[in-house]
Amino acid sequence: MSSPQEAHGSERAIGPPLGLLAELTHRCPLRCPYCSNPLELDRKSSELSTETWKRVLSEAADLGVLQVHLSGGEPTARPDLEEIVRHCRAAGLYSNLITAGVNLPNDRLAGLAEAGLDHVQLSVQAPDPETNDAVSGLAGSFEQKMATAAAMRTLGLPITLNTVVHRRTIGDIERMIQMALDIGARRLEIAHAQYYGWALKNRRSLMPSRAQVEAAAMVVEKARAELKGRLVIDSVVPDYYARYPKPCMGGWARQSLNVTPSGKVLPCHAAETLTDIDFPSVREASLRNIWFDAPAFNLFRGTGWMPEPCRSCERRELDWGGCRCQALAITGDAAAADPACSKSDWHERMVTIAETDARAREDYIYRGGRSIPRNVARKAWHRSDITNS
Amino acid sequence: MDDASMPRLPAGVRLQEDKVRGGWTLLGPERVFQLDEIAVEILKRCTGEASLAAIEKDLAKTFDAEVDEICGDVREFLTGMVEKGMVVL
Repeated sequence: MSSPQEAHGSERAIGPPLGLLAELTHRCPLRCPYCSNPLELDRKSSELSTETWKRVLSEAADLGVLQVHLSGGEPTARPDLEEIVRHCRAAGLYSNLITAGVNLPNDRLAGLAEAGLDHVQLSVQAPDPETNDAVSGLAGSFEQKMATAAAMRTLGLPITLNTVVHRRTIGDIERMIQMALDIGARRLEIAHAQYYGWALKNRRSLMPSRAQVEAAAMVVEKARAELKGRLVIDSVVPDYYARYPKPCMGGWARQSLNVTPSGKVLPCHAAETLTDIDFPSVREASLRNIWFDAPAFNLFRGTGWMPEPCRSCERRELDWGGCRCQALAITGDAAAADPACSKSDWHERMVTIAETDARAREDYIYRGGRSIPRNVARKAWHRSDITNS
Repeated sequence: MDDASMPRLPAGVRLQEDKVRGGWTLLGPERVFQLDEIAVEILKRCTGEASLAAIEKDLAKTFDAEVDEICGDVREFLTGMVEKGMVVL
């Protein structure tokens, strides 16, 4: 194998990755309209076996990965999750479970804690049952999540509360912060919906207005200062109204990598939207080989690939050209500057899309069909009656 | 934070040797801190069973220094870690 320096000419040496997102399955009981998983999900029959995951995790540890995020879909749908967690611990990897917290009996949680699980990220769609259940597309899910949170607390499992905000929930951030404190979370992750995969289908129903985004940022900033030392608040910013793009993944293939349920290795979990790129598989190569040598990983690595305006930009090593998936989705060219950047020729068009979508009617398209369970639909309708009157 | 504080790593935060890059890291939710030698020695003593005063005394002995010389740096480091949720008192 050639050394990274040789492979990459005068570019700075490629360091090993710090994090691995292990998408154990695409199966999920929820049907969130902002799901950023692909339109076409991996089937159960194509999922990697327990033994292959264990091999991949060992390879990750040997490569330099320190943290593994066990995700999906809903990772607890895999009956071998406890075995996978135990393997992470034995390999010295910090394991973080990202779960919806439904259909999760206490004995499974206890088993996961016993296996050495380090941390849990529990997703909640909204701070009240009506909105939560309408957004998640699963009646009764709020109640289950709260029961799961209580059980985790009893077991001493440290919790981050994860929530995705969009037009319908962006005004609920203060209540989400209170909920995080109430359930004993020490960290809150507020992610604005990102428009990849299924979420792109629902952009018109999800996009907030610029005024809403600015108000939300002020709420977060104030809470962060007030709760310093009690609650860590991290936010994933919405970039449609931004001046500069997000440093997507801290740069293409720079810090972390992602393995899909069927074993494809990606530099970021939305990268399968880049359909022209041939992504390697753990079934055919080692993670080390893939990380350093796979053409897909070197394609947008560093700064050498950049066209203008990125190439001569003083921010090129701050935001790394932004997001390749967004560049493709908006401009049709994955190598273009991220249109979230005000220096992009496409920026005004992107802002217009956001402003237009923010005024559109809310009408979620759910995976598996437009309809939602009747009692959820009724409650959701009831709430919008109140809001509108 | 005062002499009687009993700093410890909360659940979800742990020290881990980094066999690939060398040295030690402090791992927490979505956080990786690469530590220098002094930071490791401080954090190894944050067990919840020793007071800050006792930790400083022990560190002074280890590094052959006076407590007064090191306590400012130790408290500044720990204050930053507390604010980041990586240490609790």
